[in-house]
Amino acid sequence: MSAAVSANTGLIETEQHGLKAHSDGGDAYVPVQSRAERFTSTSVDDFEKVTGFELEWKLTPVSRIASLTEGELDGSAPATTLPEGVPGVAASWVDRSDARIGTAGAPEERASANAWSSFEKALAIDVSGEELHEYRVIRSGLGHVNRAAHTVITAAPFSQGLVILSNSGDAQLSENVEIVVGEQAQLTVVTVQEWTDESNHLASHFARVGRDARLRHIVISLGGGVVRVNPSIHLVETGADGSAFGAYFADAGQHLEQRVYIDHVAAQTKSRVKYKGALQGATARSVWVGDVLIGPHATGTDSYEENRNLVLSEGPRADSIPNLEIETGDIQGAGHASSTGRFDDEQLFYLQSRGIPEDEARRLVVRGFLAEIVAQIGSEQVESELSAAIEAELTRAQGI
Amino acid sequence: MSNLEIRDLHVSVETEQGTKQILRGVDLSIGEGETHAIMGPNGSGKSTLAYAIAGHPKYTVESGSVKLDGEEVLTMTVDERARAGLFLAMQYPVEIPGVSVSNFLRTAKTAIDGTAPPIRGWIKDLDSSMSQLRMDKSFRERNVNEGFSGGEKKRNEILQLELLKPKFAVLDETDSGLDVDALKIVSEGVNRAKANTGLGILLITHYNRILKYIQPDFVHVFVAGKVVEQGGPELAVRLENEGYDRFLSNVNVGS
Ligand SMILES: Nc1ncnc2c1ncn2[C@@H]1O[C@H](COP(=O)(O)OP(=O)(O)OP(=O)(O)O)[C@@H](O)[C@H]1O
Ligand SMILES: [Mg+2]
Repeated sequence: MSAAVSANTGLIETEQHGLKAHSDGGDAYVPVQSRAERFTSTSVDDFEKVTGFELEWKLTPVSRIASLTEGELDGSAPATTLPEGVPGVAASWVDRSDARIGTAGAPEERASANAWSSFEKALAIDVSGEELHEYRVIRSGLGHVNRAAHTVITAAPFSQGLVILSNSGDAQLSENVEIVVGEQAQLTVVTVQEWTDESNHLASHFARVGRDARLRHIVISLGGGVVRVNPSIHLVETGADGSAFGAYFADAGQHLEQRVYIDHVAAQTKSRVKYKGALQGATARSVWVGDVLIGPHATGTDSYEENRNLVLSEGPRADSIPNLEIETGDIQGAGHASSTGRFDDEQLFYLQSRGIPEDEARRLVVRGFLAEIVAQIGSEQVESELSAAIEAELTRAQGI
Repeated sequence: MSNLEIRDLHVSVETEQGTKQILRGVDLSIGEGETHAIMGPNGSGKSTLAYAIAGHPKYTVESGSVKLDGEEVLTMTVDERARAGLFLAMQYPVEIPGVSVSNFLRTAKTAIDGTAPPIRGWIKDLDSSMSQLRMDKSFRERNVNEGFSGGEKKRNEILQLELLKPKFAVLDETDSGLDVDALKIVSEGVNRAKANTGLGILLITHYNRILKYIQPDFVHVFVAGKVVEQGGPELAVRLENEGYDRFLSNVNVGS
C-alpha cells in the first residue's frame, strides 16, 4: 500500500496480519505472476529498454537512473579498500570465468543485467574461519563514471563471518552481489550506503542459504540520490534461516528503495524481514516491497515480514507493499505487518512535558526507531559510526 | 514561597461538531508544599485542566492565566513549562517505542537541570527511587511505557516525579488501576517528593482512598468545567458517600 501523507493525520495506514497453517495468504496482495516465474538472464540484451511502466520499475524515478539501466558501464574493478590480515577471510579480484560467479542467482531486471554484462573483474570474498571476524570493504568515492561491479561472498560450510560493504562519496553504480552460505555456516552481510546526494546506486543481492545455515542480511541506506538495494534470499536447503533487516532515512530529494524477496524452497526454513524507515522533507521518497514465496516443498516453514515507516514532516511518500505467496498447506506460520505513520504528537507531548525540547525529542524517537535495526549489525565500531551518521542526518533534516 | 495561580481559565477543544467549551472559569491557588485534591464527575474537565496547565496542543486556552511564581505559563512551550517546574503525571502515560527508560530519564534530567547529572550520583538516585517504588532494574532497559501494565505506568510517572524534582505536580488519576499495595507504594513516592522538595500537588482523583495516604489540605469539587465548592479533607468523605448529585441539578455528562 502506499501512503501519501497529508497534514494532521495520525496513523496513515496500518495493516497487521498473522497467517497460520492452511492459509491462502489472507489479503496480502498476490501477484498475477508468481515471483518464481520471473524471467532471468545475465545478458542485458535480453531485457527491453526500461520505460518505468514495468512492475519492478514503476515506483522508481527511472529517468534519474537511465544511464545505469540503458548506458554503457565501466566494468573495471572499482576503487576498493580491503582489510588485511583478517583471520579466516580471503579476498581477491577474479575473472568473469571464475566458478563462483553465477552460483547464487541471476538478474531479473535490466540494471542488474547491464552490470552483469559489463563487469570485468569480480571481487571474491571467501569466509572460511570458524571464529567470527569482521571484514570491512570500503568504497569511498567511485567518481562520476557510470560503473558496473560484481562481488561474490562465499561462506564455507561451518564458517562464521561478518562482511560489511561500506559505501560513501560519489558513485554512479549498478552492481550485483552474490552470497553463498554453506552448510551450517553463519554469515552476516551488511551494506551501508552513505553516498553523496548526487550519487545513484542500484544493487541486486542474490543469496543461497544451505542446510541449517544462517544468513543475516542488513541494508542501511542514508545517503544517495536514488538508492535501490534489492536482496533476494533463496532458502534452498532444509533448515536454512534468512533474516533481512533494513534501515533507511530519506530526506528531501532522496529516493530510497528496497525490494526484498524471500524464497522458501526447502522444508523447515525460517525467515524474518524487518525494515524501518524515517522520511523527512517534502520530496523524500521510499519504497519497500517484501515478496515472500513459500514453495510447494517448503513445508514447516516459518516466515514473518514487517515494514515500518515514520514520517517526520509533511509531504514525504512511503510505499510499503508486502506480497505473500504460499504454495503449500503445511506451514508453521506466515505473517506480515506494514505501517506508515506520522510522528506521533502524543509522544512528542509526553517527551516535551518532561522538559525535553521539541527537536531533541524528535531525535530521541527517530534514533530509537532506527537503532533497533542498527543494533543487528554486530560491529561496535560500525554501529557507533552509523548512530552518529543518523544523528547527523537528523540534525541536517531539522535545519531545513 | 512558590505558588501556582490559576485565574478564570477558559479552555475549549476542537471537535468534529465544532468548538467545545470545556473549562468555564477555573480559579485555583496552590502554595508550596500544599496538596489540593480535585474530585468531580466523569467528563467534568479535570484532565482538560491538567493538560491545559501542561500545554497540550489539542486544548485551546480562550482566556485566563496560569502563573508560576508570577510568571505566565500559558505563553511557554510544553518543555519550557516543565523546565520552569511543572510536572504532569498523566492519566494515560504514552508509550515511546525505541527509547529506553534510562536514556529517557537521563535526557529529561539533563534538559530540566541544564547540565547532565554526574553519572555516579545519578545511577544511585535512579536505583534508590526505583527500588523504593518496587520497580525491577530491568525496567531501565525497557522502552518507555511499552508493554507496561497500567500500574507499572503509574509507578513510572512517579519515578519521574521523584527524579525531576518539579515545584508543582498535577497527578491525574494516578491512583486509578493501582492495587492496594501499589497505591501505598506510589503514595509514599509522592510524599517523599513532597517532603524533599516542598512539592505542591494538584491531585485529581475519584476516590477517597488515596487521600488517606496523601493528606490533602484542600478538596475542590469540579463540575462542568469549574470549581463549585471547596473544603477540607472532610469534603472528600462526604462526596464519596453522597456523590455529586447536589451539584448536578441540570448538568449532563458531556454537555
Ligand atoms: N479531543 C476531544 N474531542 C471531543 N471532546 C473532548 C476532547 N477532549 C475532551 N473532550 C470532552 O471534554 C470533556 C472533559 O474531558 P476530560 O477528559 O477533561 O474529563 P475528566 O473530568 O478528566 O473525566 P474522567 O473523570 O472521565 O477522566 C468530556 O466531555 C470529553 O468528552
Ligand atoms: Mg480524566
